[in-house]
Amino acid sequence: MAQVEIDLEKASKEQLLYANVLEKGMYIGLLALFVTFIIYVTGVLPLRIPMEELPKYWQMSSTDYLHIAGIESGWGWTKLLGYGDFLNFLGIAFLAAVTIICYITIIPTLLKKNDYVYATLAGLEALILLLAASGLLAAGH
Amino acid sequence: MKKWGGILFVLLCTALLFLIFNDPALATDAAEGAAAADPIAEHAWWFWPLVLFVVTFLMGIFAVLGGVGGGVLYVPIISGFFPFHLDFVRGAGLLVALTGALAAGPGLLKSSLASLRLAVPVALIASTCAIAGAMIGLALPTNIVQIFLGVVIIFICILMLTAKKSTFPDVQESDRLSSVLRIYGVYYEDSMGKDIDWKIHRTPIGLLLFVGVGLMAGMFGLGAGWANVPVLNLVMGAPLKISVATSKFLLSITDTSAAWIYLNKGCVIPLMVVPSIVGIMLGSFVGVRALKVAKPNLIRWMVIVILAFAGIKALLKGLGIG
Repeated sequence: MAQVEIDLEKASKEQLLYANVLEKGMYIGLLALFVTFIIYVTGVLPLRIPMEELPKYWQMSSTDYLHIAGIESGWGWTKLLGYGDFLNFLGIAFLAAVTIICYITIIPTLLKKNDYVYATLAGLEALILLLAASGLLAAGH
Repeated sequence: MKKWGGILFVLLCTALLFLIFNDPALATDAAEGAAAADPIAEHAWWFWPLVLFVVTFLMGIFAVLGGVGGGVLYVPIISGFFPFHLDFVRGAGLLVALTGALAAGPGLLKSSLASLRLAVPVALIASTCAIAGAMIGLALPTNIVQIFLGVVIIFICILMLTAKKSTFPDVQESDRLSSVLRIYGVYYEDSMGKDIDWKIHRTPIGLLLFVGVGLMAGMFGLGAGWANVPVLNLVMGAPLKISVATSKFLLSITDTSAAWIYLNKGCVIPLMVVPSIVGIMLGSFVGVRALKVAKPNLIRWMVIVILAFAGIKALLKGLGIG
């Protein structure tokens, strides 16, 4: 990544905190994504869906794919982490969770500054993202 | 310079020809009468992920040179020319856009080009609507989404051709809402060698427009930079650099919310997602280096032509013609 000039005067404390957490989270997530993908393609762990069968699944809708492959929607993938293909979801889910962590991290800083409006907005955003992540919101064909 | 332009042009043409001649629809046409050959079954499992990697690598180069996000190129091109179902393409498209935004976010925030103060209220609306958009997009029949996608992509092409940009919009006075939220800032403008103070106006209208931006981002799995920047810059009056940087950072929040809906709905196949992310990232690195020697205007035109072609293809596919 390119060297960034940090402007401490212009960037607020919570902005820098958010940036630092985001940076660490992004690196951890990407590393997890690549490591688990290498484990997947090298066949270190057994696969839930053999690679030769994947072309059959990626042509169907996600609803049909889940149904025919016998996979639970939502967080069902966590039960299949012993399989190389589903281990990949650790890195993907972590990358999708980084922003939630960032928002939760800046709330105490905003409260210390008596910035209650932004602390509330940050809390609401974290709740909305947690709701999306929870799997409670159903959608499908 | 000419040499680089030529190389890039040849690369693009090769990729296009490769895509066209590997189009499943065309392949089926060619095999018509020959026992209805299945074009997907003709290839080993690794064929399409490998082609995906090569195409997303080229996409990464052209996205940087054309000044667009990789996400907006990904969904129409991959859904138009690859055998993957639109559900998986949208899931992968969101993760591609999300990863790019996560990678750029820390630097943009630390340099004060992206404004957290501006992003927080905007993101709250955009990400909530992106969730709704994702749910609507997954509930609608695929061909309807494909038709809408085609229309939106053609609209984006028109927007790219006609939209003006304002480096330093004239904001006489902050509106009441942005004053209450204290949305203003200062950044160092390298080209002028001085600090630039900025503030915004028309905040309620801008926030309202982000309802539509969020819905589209979620429904089509597109990165929404193409819509974020005009709203932040032309409607709300943020300087162009602040608008571009805040837009990129915003994608990390908007796409997170929609990505979770797609992830929970099983629309993620790692063998599609990881080669796409790696391809776009590597392509972006090459694109940044090529930026010094390439002709941005020519590349921008080429990107618009490719995007228009993909938009028409999506429209036809949705109508059952393509």
